[in-house]
Amino acid sequence: MIKKLNELKAGQRGIIVSFKGKGDLKRYLMGMGFVKGADIELRRVAPLGDPVEIRIKGYSISLRKEEAKNIEVNVK
Amino acid sequence: MEKIKIALAGNPNVGKSTLFNQLTGMRQHVGNWPGKTVEKKEGAFRYGDYEIEVVDLPGNYSLSAYSIEEIVSRDYIVDEKPDVIVNVIDAANLERNLYLTVQMMELGANIVLALNMNKFASEKELEIKSNTLYQLLGIPVVKIEASDKTGREDLLNAIVKVSKKPNDVSNRLNYGKELSEHIQQLQEIVEENTLSGAPSSWMAIKLLENDKIIIETVEKTLNGPNILSDVKRIQKHLMEVFGEDADEALADARYGFIAGLIKESVKKPKIDKITRSEYIDRVVTNRYLGIPIFLLIMWLTFQITFTVGAPFQEIVETFFGWLGETIAGIMGTNWFSSLIVDGIIGGVGGVLVFVPIIFLLFLMLSLLEDSGYLARAAFVMDKFMHKIVGLHGKSFIPMILGFGCCVPGIMATRTLENEKDRLLTMLIVPFMSCSARLPVYALFAAAFFTAYQGWVIFSIYILGMIVAILMALIFKKTIFKGMSAPFVMELPPYRRPTIKGALIHTWERGYLFIKKAGTIIFALSVVIWVLSSLPMGVEYASQASVTGQLGTAIAPVFAPLGFGEWQPAVSLLFGVLAKEVVVSTFGTIYGVGEDGGGIMMALHDTFSPLAAYSFMAFVLLYIPCFATVATIKRETNSWKWPIFTILYTTVVAWAVSFIIYQGGSLLGFA
Repeated sequence: MIKKLNELKAGQRGIIVSFKGKGDLKRYLMGMGFVKGADIELRRVAPLGDPVEIRIKGYSISLRKEEAKNIEVNVK
Repeated sequence: MEKIKIALAGNPNVGKSTLFNQLTGMRQHVGNWPGKTVEKKEGAFRYGDYEIEVVDLPGNYSLSAYSIEEIVSRDYIVDEKPDVIVNVIDAANLERNLYLTVQMMELGANIVLALNMNKFASEKELEIKSNTLYQLLGIPVVKIEASDKTGREDLLNAIVKVSKKPNDVSNRLNYGKELSEHIQQLQEIVEENTLSGAPSSWMAIKLLENDKIIIETVEKTLNGPNILSDVKRIQKHLMEVFGEDADEALADARYGFIAGLIKESVKKPKIDKITRSEYIDRVVTNRYLGIPIFLLIMWLTFQITFTVGAPFQEIVETFFGWLGETIAGIMGTNWFSSLIVDGIIGGVGGVLVFVPIIFLLFLMLSLLEDSGYLARAAFVMDKFMHKIVGLHGKSFIPMILGFGCCVPGIMATRTLENEKDRLLTMLIVPFMSCSARLPVYALFAAAFFTAYQGWVIFSIYILGMIVAILMALIFKKTIFKGMSAPFVMELPPYRRPTIKGALIHTWERGYLFIKKAGTIIFALSVVIWVLSSLPMGVEYASQASVTGQLGTAIAPVFAPLGFGEWQPAVSLLFGVLAKEVVVSTFGTIYGVGEDGGGIMMALHDTFSPLAAYSFMAFVLLYIPCFATVATIKRETNSWKWPIFTILYTTVVAWAVSFIIYQGGSLLGFA
């Protein structure tokens, strides 16, 4: 099932299928491992509901839901 | 002796600064949060017959033009052409780290890979075959441990060897036929037009990626428009072939290439092991516990600082009291003993009394920084900062560092990618009460609020934060309208702070405080003593003295705030140079040498408790010290913001103290 990254529940995993948008930030995130085919997990949501902690390429990174919604994930 | 110029490059928080310190024997600040080295640092050391110059570059994930740090690093590699780049790599995080390596290979850098943190890699049960990696990349790979000297010899050997005979890595990178051909094609166009000093193949890649800086450079050249239309054409073609933008195709290709490397050279377990960091985070950033834990940690930081510090403070106080009395006893009463006892011991001693609490505060901040908690604080607080205040989660780190000293706080704003966020954070960091202001509160709280000292001081810190938040709100609605930057931040694994590391940081920062007491504050104490003794024959530190007249001249401004006497006025005037000077000025003009309670007794003649609180608030908020203003000037590269800071903080300070004093009086406090 394909979902936007911000819609994943804490602990859900999947594989990135697409990354929408353009520009510096996208390029930067791609550099940090957000490329097609990468395994990804939404580890947890911050206490106030945003940002989220993402596990990718063996490390943890924090993103706001605003940025996460451009990334589509095939949920396992 | 031969010189070799090397640069340390790598992702943020992989141990570059630790390696830099180990190699050069210097003591650069090391912390556990991404983006700590905000500007490049230089050092040098000898190895055999070589003099090796080292530059510690800020950490980057890639060489795009996303943040200042990335631009600093790539400009350095292109313009300065170091002989060797030591690419420090977190072995536990190989895949992402190699992305930067690949980009530096594109840039034609002469690289040695230093695999660091192998301990963490083994904890994750990763087994890295460095020899295979070497054969695949054509770059020497050395396993090191930056925190001790493991692998140091091997690393230095590799550096020397590579500086003599640069790596040949052409044709190592393999991005597939389609991409390679078009990069080649664009490369030829770049070469025909002999653009800049950067390698042509790299320029070609960056053009395909729509890199804004490279596009600007090309635009300015004679044939610019033609080249850019060629770029557009190739990008369109690639879009048709790959069904995605060229920059995406390139990122995929790089990670594809890296996946191949990893497959050959790393053995890893099937499932990610749950790490210790993950267990800690389950509690620390927990939905319900996250915020209470954050508040508790902040509260404990100050509570420990003050309760543990208090007895030590008393010892130092007693010592200076005794010293003053003894010297006065030996030398009798004359102008020289007055200079020593009133001027110097009163001034410098009055400030040194606070050394114990300041050291403790720095120790607590070091522990927070080294453990990796600061990044979590930003994670937990981002929504609040972002939605309510209009700041950025990352603004939190400069603000917390500001409690130690605003100068590093302001420098740490460089981790904010958006210029508006950065300026805004810079403007409010001075409201974070730095350690230099602590002596003022400690003195006043002890004199006027004996029973509630801790709470009164804590309330001043809170007041500073509230004012910072309010000002941020106002600025965000007025001069800094607009979107703030996205929040993208790595959450580094927790590391146990080493006792040695924490003590080194504490000492370094605390030492600066002592040094300041011995230099600036010493000099100012003498100046204030002289001004208090002039004109000749005047009664020392009376209203007729120069100090008294200066204070009398500006005192009316402060009358509505509850302290319209000349003594507080003059102490605030000198306090602009450094805020501890407020205390040393009182020490000097009241002559603390005679007995310990001297200043406090004298303060009661000048201030009511309400006026004392109003004064503390004023000291908190008014013009940040000289060093802070100078840092803002340097970081913004203009006089506009430092001057603005001076003016607006003073207005805010006056207004807040006015509300406190007049409001308090109306409510019947005295």
